[in-house]
Parts: sequence; C-alpha cells; structure tokens
Amino acid sequence: MPPPPIDTTEAPPLILEAGRASRNYWRDLWRYRDLLAFLTWRDLVVRYKQTMVGVAWALLQPLLTMAVFVVFGGLLGVPTDGVPRPVMVFAALLPWQFFSAALSACSGSLVNSSNLISKVYFPRLIVPLSAILVSLVDFLVSAVFLAALMLWYGLAPDWRILALPLYTLLAFACALGAGLWLTALMVRYRDFRIVLPFILQFGTYVSPVAFNSNLVPEKWFLLYSLNPMVSVIDGFRWSLLRGSQSLNPVGLAMSTALAVLLLWSGTAYFRKTERSFADVI
Amino acid sequence: MSSPIITVENLGKCYSLRTPSARSGLLRDSLGSLLRNPLQALRGPAPGAPGANEDFWAVRGLSFTVQPGEVVGIIGRNGAGKSTLLKMLSRITDPSAGRITLRGRVASLLEVGTGFHPDLSGRENIFLNGAILGMTRGEIRRRLDEIVAFAEVEKFLDTPVKRYSSGMYVRLAFAVAAHLDPEILIIDEVLAVGDAAFQRKCLAKLQSATRDEGRTILFVSHNLASVRQLCSRALVLQSGQLVADAAPAEAIAHYMSLLPRGREGGAYRHIAGDGRARITTLRLNAPGGTEPLYAIFEPIRFEMEFEVKPDAGALEFFLLIYGEDGECLASSFQRDTGDFLRPAGANGKISVSFKNPFLPGRYLVSAGIFDRSRQFLDWIEFAEGFQVESGFVDGRAFDSRLGRVSILPEWSA
Repeated sequence: MPPPPIDTTEAPPLILEAGRASRNYWRDLWRYRDLLAFLTWRDLVVRYKQTMVGVAWALLQPLLTMAVFVVFGGLLGVPTDGVPRPVMVFAALLPWQFFSAALSACSGSLVNSSNLISKVYFPRLIVPLSAILVSLVDFLVSAVFLAALMLWYGLAPDWRILALPLYTLLAFACALGAGLWLTALMVRYRDFRIVLPFILQFGTYVSPVAFNSNLVPEKWFLLYSLNPMVSVIDGFRWSLLRGSQSLNPVGLAMSTALAVLLLWSGTAYFRKTERSFADVI
Repeated sequence: MSSPIITVENLGKCYSLRTPSARSGLLRDSLGSLLRNPLQALRGPAPGAPGANEDFWAVRGLSFTVQPGEVVGIIGRNGAGKSTLLKMLSRITDPSAGRITLRGRVASLLEVGTGFHPDLSGRENIFLNGAILGMTRGEIRRRLDEIVAFAEVEKFLDTPVKRYSSGMYVRLAFAVAAHLDPEILIIDEVLAVGDAAFQRKCLAKLQSATRDEGRTILFVSHNLASVRQLCSRALVLQSGQLVADAAPAEAIAHYMSLLPRGREGGAYRHIAGDGRARITTLRLNAPGGTEPLYAIFEPIRFEMEFEVKPDAGALEFFLLIYGEDGECLASSFQRDTGDFLRPAGANGKISVSFKNPFLPGRYLVSAGIFDRSRQFLDWIEFAEGFQVESGFVDGRAFDSRLGRVSILPEWSA
C-alpha cells in the first residue's frame, strides 16, 4: 500500500525561534483543555485514594480552624453583629481557605510537575490552573457544609446571594494572579517556598476572618483594603448574611483593580519565563 | 518532491553557567550580587570578565531538513546534544539561535510513561498519559481497546499500576505512545526498555507507522542495531554539531570512529537499567597497553566487578561484541551455558572466557545485567575494546581469509 500523501500545505507551519512567542497560545490552551480536566481529576482521585478520611479532609481543616476562632472570638468578646459566631466565622473562612489553599497549591505546582515539564510540551499555564481547580472543588465541599450550618441556625440568604459567584471569581483571580507570580518565581528561586507560609499566615491575621471589618478604624481603612481578600470576605458575608456586613464600594473597586493587575502581570511574567522553565527546573 | 516536513536552520541552544543564581537557584544569591555591584548586575558581566564565556552551547549551528515519511536516526555520544535537539523540536525548550519550521503535528516521546501515577489504574493512566501526550478524550476513548490489546494488560486494566510488573508498566506506557497520530513522531531512547519480544513488536509498530501511514519519525538511540533496522538515514552529532548525515551504515561507521574506548571521565556509559545492579569494572586479561591484543583462538577472559542492591534478585550477565562498523557480531548470555548468579553480598565478581574467534581488526565490548525476567539492570556500552592481531595463537600468520569470525571445526573423512 503506498503511503497516503500528507498535505503539508494545509496548516500554517509552526516556526520555533529564539524569543518568538507562540501566536496560537490561547488556542493551544483551549486545545489542551482535556489535559486540564485530567490533571485536576488525577489530583483529586489520588488524594482520595491515598487518604483514609478522603473527602472529609476538605472539611476537617476549616472546621478545626473555625472552632479555634469561635472559641477565642467568644472569649475575647469580638462582636458578631447579631450573627451566630460559627456562621460569621465560617462565611469568612470559606473564601479565605480557598484563597490560601489555591495560592499554596498554585505556587508549588510547577516545581512539583518538573518531570512533566522537562519531558513534554503543553501550555504550562495548565499546571497552576489545575492546582487551583482542585482547591475549587474543596471550596465547593466546604460551601455545602456552610449551607448546612446556616440551615441549622435557620438563616436563609436573600437576593444578595446572586453576587456570591462574582466574589468567588474575585478570590479566584487573586489566587491565580499571585499564584502565577509565585510559581514562576519558585522555578528559579526556591526561596519562595519559605516565603509563602509566612504570607499566608500573615494574611490570616490581616484578613477579617476572626473579626469583622467594622472594627477597623476609619483612618486605617484604605491601607487595610489593600489586601484584596478583605473585599472578598466582606462580600461573602454581605451576600450570605442578608447584608449584615456593609459593602465598601471604594474597597471593592480597589480590590478588583488589584486583582486585575495581579492577574495581568502574573500572566505576563509567567508567559515571559515559561519558555525557559524546562531549562532551569 | 514535496517541501520538507522539518526544516532546521542554524539551530543553537545555549545554557548559561554564569550566574550563581542559575546554579544555586536561590534568591539570596541574586539579590546579593545585585547589592554588591548594582551597575554590573544591570549591565551583565563586563566583556572579558571571568565567567563571561561560561556559556555552554549544547547545540550549535545545526542545519538539516527531513522529508515526509523519512525515519531519521540521531546518534552521538552522551552530551553530544541529541536530547537538547529533541527538546527543541518538541517545543519543551526554546532555541537560543536559529529556527525550526515544522509542517505537521508533532508528538514527542522522550520518556516512557510520563505522568503515570502509581495509584491510578491502568485505564486511568491511559487517559491521563494520552492527554499529556496531546490526545483528546475522544481520541483516547476510540483507541482504548487497541491500546489495551497492544499492551497485553486486559486483565489488569483496573489494577493500580503500582502493582504491575515493570514489564507490564513499560508495555502499557509504550502502547499509549504508539497509538498517537501525529505526522511527526519524536522518540528518545525508549526502545531500550522492555523485553526483547516487546521491543520487536514496538519496532514493527513503528515501521508500519512509517510505511503504511507515511509518518515521519526522528529517533534517538544508543541501540545502533535498531537505528540500522528502522532508519532510512542517520545524523551523527558531536559536541552539538552535525558531523555526518548519511545512510545508517555509513553514519554508524562514522560514529564508531569517534568513540573512545572504556571509561569517559571515569564512568562507563550506562545506557539502560534501573540501578538495582551495576557493573563497576570490566577488565580484559591481557596485560598492559591501551588496547589488549589477541591472536586468533587465543583465550580471552573478561572479569567484571559489580555492585548490587538487595532487591535485585537473581542476575544474568551478558556480553556483546561489536565490529568497528557498529554491527553486533556476537552476544553471549550467562544462561546459555550456566545459571543465574545469586549474589551473596553487595559486591561481587564474575568472569567469562572463550577462545577468540574474531579475525584481525578492532572490536568493542558492551556488557550488562538482566534480572530474572530479562529486564535490564545495567548495560554499559563500549566499555572495553580489543584488537586481534594478524596471526593465529599457534603462530601461523593470518592468511587474509574471508569472513569476520573463525571457528574451530573438526574435519573428518
């Protein structure tokens, strides 16, 4: 049988040159969407195959953290504005835990996938993206728990809950933006492995998880709002608890701008360095 | 003639060994040098300063073209730039200079089972690995049965691959890769794994891929026999440059002429094996000189020292003898005449002797170890060489007879 002729004129040739960015970057990313799904699915399946408690891990950590904040918040008399303390704390822990888990998974993702990166081509953005998607699944599991908790206290959200996906998106953008920076930097400078836990721990204290943003004095508010997670957490409380937490439009605008900036610069830095990942990883 | 499917023009890849940060990968060092000498850090090193020429060109000035349907072997010693070339062709790393033009979909197979996860089942790993190699879910689903049949793992499809034997694991991994449908397939050294029967099956699969489907294959191997068998053309790289581009036999002969004997920087070239056992020394009985010299029918004795880990099990040693053109002229396996070796400790010695059957010329020796199921534990390539002089061991001169080996027959009338 003669070999079937290959029509080499059909697709435009792929040209690889020094410093030449791929023209079809985003189309390539779309073509590899199955890989994104499989990597996310692999991480979830493997985690649940390897652990005894399985799904419960997604819950246990926020639950224990909530218990600590509830007990100490109660002892210190941190005001809750009439919301049951567990609900107030968990409504904030939900986005914060998502952000911190997503950021740390995202940051380590490239280094942990060094075997893939040095052996196969695919758009590298898939790796941090899939790390975040895994955290998003954990977030959804926790969200179900929060729903149960609110049901238990007889609290039903009103129309404001429609804004919740937008706040989730904001948290996603913050985590991805910062995560892209960190994961690309970590390929080159392993020090960031040490910096990250510090950032996250610091973030737990300066974000309104255990307390309420109303406690922050007026003159510090702008500085306080530089942390984009402040608006996300306030927004979660606002949309879940019938506006018991007031909205701060200036803070929200700042957070959104910061998130966009992080995401844009993170993507740009990632794309600039991604072609040398295989050489330094 | 159609336009080439791969065009490589003046391709180069440079690795910088200069900055301390590139070596240690610590922010501390980069910041440190920035603080100590901010201007220089911004400008880059001054010309002529120590370190300015520590750039290392793994590949330099490489140009060639490949026509659709060609099977091109790439051979060269370790560090000749083969892997770097493949990495650039498969888009894992960017060229530092020059240009590659690819007119077709590329799939690369630089490692068998990239991304395999031990806790996932065979079926799950097929999907995962397929996606990593660039297949879509639909493509994998369509070819699932074929892949499973090729790998011969039907019964274990839902078993986690950590319970697979190493042979099954390799078969499964290769089966996924063998069912990729790209126009250009880039393969690195993967045929050095698996048992002999499976290797033959893989070779056949590759041959049918090129013959019947018109695929183009670029193929790096240390296994000169498979280059000879599979390729229509071979490139020889040395120090990042192309030194030969010819028919396989000619290219291999060129490659062999470049090879130094024995150890390279104190180490043998281990081209296969998983480290459970290693040959540390291979010695010939002839005293002195750079290359032992034997007469025809003179006894040759090889002595090997090895180290072995407790989990290696029974060992089977083998010896391969190559002519100067790279063709393997003889192979001997311990099980031909003896039994497995069950080492008592972490080190051991084994020797093998025979009467030299080779006619005058130069010969190269490779040696290795199999485990009980003939998986490679080690394979050192061209670890020793010897020459055969123009005479028989009983003192008669060599009479320019035909052939490459002689035998000791008994004539009777």
